[in-house]
Amino acid sequence: MSAYFTKPVPPTSDKRWKLVDATMRRVGLQSRGLIETLHTVQEAFGYLDEQALRYVAVSLRVPLSRAYGVATFYHFFTLKPAGEHTCVICMGTACYIKGAQQLLDAVQHDLGVAPGETSAGGKVSLLTARCLGSCGLAPAVVYDQEVAGKVSVPSIRERLSQWTQHFTPRESAAPQEPAVARS
Amino acid sequence: MTPEELEQIAEIEREAQQRFSQRLNVCVAAGCLSCQSQLVKDRLDAEITSRGWGDHCQAKGVGCMGLCAEGPLVSTGSGVMYKHVASSDAGRLLDSLEGQPVARLVCPTDVPFFQRQKKIVLENSGAIDPERIEEYIAAEGYRALVQVLTEMTPAQVIDQVTKSGLRGRGGAGYPTGLKWSTVAKAVGTQKYVICNADEGDPGAFMDRSVLESDPHRVLEGMLIAAYAVGASEGFIYVRAEYPLAIKRLRIAVRQAERLGLLGTSICGTRFSFRIDLRLGAGAFVCGEETALIASVEGKRGTPRPRPPYPAMEGLLGQPTLINNVETYANVAPIIRNGGDWYAGIGTEKSKGTKVFALAGRVQNTGLVEVPMGITLREMVFEIGGGVPEGRTFKAVQTGGPSGGCLPSECLDMPVDYESLARAGSIMGSGGMIVMDESSCMVDVAKFFMDFCMTESCGKCIPCRVGTYQMHRILSAITNMTASEQDLAMLQELCDLLKHTSLCGLGQSAPNPVVSTLKSFAEEYRAHIADHKCPAGVCKPGNGAAL
Repeated sequence: MSAYFTKPVPPTSDKRWKLVDATMRRVGLQSRGLIETLHTVQEAFGYLDEQALRYVAVSLRVPLSRAYGVATFYHFFTLKPAGEHTCVICMGTACYIKGAQQLLDAVQHDLGVAPGETSAGGKVSLLTARCLGSCGLAPAVVYDQEVAGKVSVPSIRERLSQWTQHFTPRESAAPQEPAVARS
Repeated sequence: MTPEELEQIAEIEREAQQRFSQRLNVCVAAGCLSCQSQLVKDRLDAEITSRGWGDHCQAKGVGCMGLCAEGPLVSTGSGVMYKHVASSDAGRLLDSLEGQPVARLVCPTDVPFFQRQKKIVLENSGAIDPERIEEYIAAEGYRALVQVLTEMTPAQVIDQVTKSGLRGRGGAGYPTGLKWSTVAKAVGTQKYVICNADEGDPGAFMDRSVLESDPHRVLEGMLIAAYAVGASEGFIYVRAEYPLAIKRLRIAVRQAERLGLLGTSICGTRFSFRIDLRLGAGAFVCGEETALIASVEGKRGTPRPRPPYPAMEGLLGQPTLINNVETYANVAPIIRNGGDWYAGIGTEKSKGTKVFALAGRVQNTGLVEVPMGITLREMVFEIGGGVPEGRTFKAVQTGGPSGGCLPSECLDMPVDYESLARAGSIMGSGGMIVMDESSCMVDVAKFFMDFCMTESCGKCIPCRVGTYQMHRILSAITNMTASEQDLAMLQELCDLLKHTSLCGLGQSAPNPVVSTLKSFAEEYRAHIADHKCPAGVCKPGNGAAL
C-alpha cells in the first residue's frame, strides 16, 4: 500500500513549507521523524496550528490524534502564536531558592496574565522554564532569547515597562509607529 | 585515519599554538555568554588586529571555567584569571600581558574552589576551543579511539571499563561495564548507542557545560562504546532548551565526519558508526530510558515496564545502550590511562570523579569536578566558600526532584552513591543546591512536588494521581490549613508512590518529602499545629481546606 502513497502538497504557497518538507525528506517521510518535523514547523512559523498538524500528520502517515498528542505532550511545542516579546522566567531550583517566585508574582500582577498566556494586544508572552541551566546566575530570565542573570523585581519591571509603555491596542498602533521607533 | 595521521594533526596544531607567545582565553559557554562575554572576545580581537599583534597574540573562545557566578571569565597564557571582565577592559588586559596583572579584575586561583578539584571530565573545559576538532586532537583527543580500533578487541575495551569501576553518571549508578557487556552479548541485527543529554533536573547544568565546552569528548566516548557493543548507529538526545550545546554538537559531528572519525570504515577498519541528533521537546520524563527511546521514535515520551531492558529490546526493538553525557565523557581517559588508574580515584564502591553544579545560597556558584568521597562540608564550605551574607547553612539538596534535602548533621558524610542513598537522597545527575534559613523546607518539598505533578506523563495512576494528591496536601500545609490526619495521609502516599509507580519519576517523587519529613519534621509541625512558618516564607493563604 505504501508504494501508492504520495505526499500531499503544502497547504499554502508559503516558502517556509519548503523547510518543513526538507526535514520530512531527511527523516524519510517516516513516522519516527514526527518530533523533528514539528520542531521545524515551530521554528519556521513560531507555533503549530491545526493546518500544520494536519499536513505533517498526513505526510508522515500518522493519525492526526497522534500528531496532536505529541504536540500537546511536550512543553516545548505551542499551539498558540507568541506575543511580540517573550519573557521566560526560569523556575529551576536554584532560581526558586533565589526568589524567582517573587519575579513571577510581580510580572503576573503587572501584566495580568498567567504563565503561558499573552498580554492583551499580543504584546508580551509570559512563560516559565524548568531550568535554563544558568543556575550560577540565578535568578535568570530570558527576554526575547537573551538571557539575563541575577534579575531583581525592579529590573524585570523596568524591562517590561520598556516593552509595554507605548502599548496601544492593535487597531490604532499603526499611526503611532514613529513614536515607537524613537523609544 | 592512522595513529600517525592523528599525531600529525596534533603536531601541526601544537606548532600553530606555539606561534602565539601570548594568549587570552575568553569563556564562551552559556553562563559567561549571558554576561556578554562575546563582546569581550570581539573587542579583544579588534584590539589585537588594530595593534598589529596578530602574529604573537591570540584571543580564543573556550569552554566553561567553572566559576559561572563571576563571569565573564578570562584567563591568560601565564595562568592569571580575570573575573567580571567588561569589553571596555580589553585594552587594559592586553597592556598587562607584558607586565603586572590588572589587580582590579584578578580572580585568585589559589583558593579551594580551584585547588580542591580534580579534573577528568572537565580537563579540556576552559582550555580548548570547543568548535575546533584540531584543538581536541592536540589535547590527546581521539587517541583512545584510534588505540581501541587498532589494538584492542571489543572484549578488552569492556574489560577496561569494568575494571575502572565507572558507574552511570545519570543518577542511578548502574555499573557501566556491566551494561556494556549486556548489550554486547545481546542478539540483534542492528544495535544502537544513545547518549542521554536530556538534562531535566532543575538546578543541574553539568551535561550542558560538557557539551558546550568539549563536545568531541562525548563523541569519542560514544564511538568507543559503539565499537565495544557492536553498534553502527547512534543518537544524541539533547534538550531543545540548550541551543548552544546543539550548535556545537552539530559542528563537532560535521568535523569528525570530515576527518573520517565518524562514518563508514573508520580508521580503515570495518567499524562504521554514524551519529544523529534528536532534540527533546521539554519533557522531564524523557530522561527515563524507555521514555527517551519512545521520544527518539517520534512518540509521546511515556515509559514502559522493564524488563525487557533497553539492553535487550530498546530503540525499534533492537539492543540499545543508553548512557549519560558524563559517563561517555569519562570513557576516553579510562582507555588512555587504563581502568586501574581510574579505579584508584574515589571510594571503594564509587570510583572516579563527579561533576557537580553548585548553586543556591552559596558564595561560589558554578561547576566543580571532585573525587568521589569528598565530604559535603568540604563541598559547601571549602569549595563553595560557605553561605553568603552571614546567614547560616540549613540544608543541601542533591539529585533534583528525585533526591532529598540533607541537613547539617549530614555534612560530614562522604559524597558517594551509597552514602547519599543511606541518608535518603540520591547522587542524581549532580545538581547541588545549598539552602539557608530563609528557605522553608515544606515550601521546597511543595516546589518539587509541583514539578513532579506537572511532569508526570500520566501513564500510570499512582504517579498521575498520587503526585496531585501529595501536592494538594503540601499546599494545604503551606497555607496553614492542614491537620494531623493530612500529614498521616501524606506519609502513606509517599509509601504508595514509591512502591507502585511505573518508572523512576513516580518512584522517587516522594523523596523530597520523605527526606524533609525525616530531618525537618518540626517545620511541618509548626505549620500544622502553630500555623507558623519558621522561615517566614509561607503565609496563611486563601487555599481551601482539604
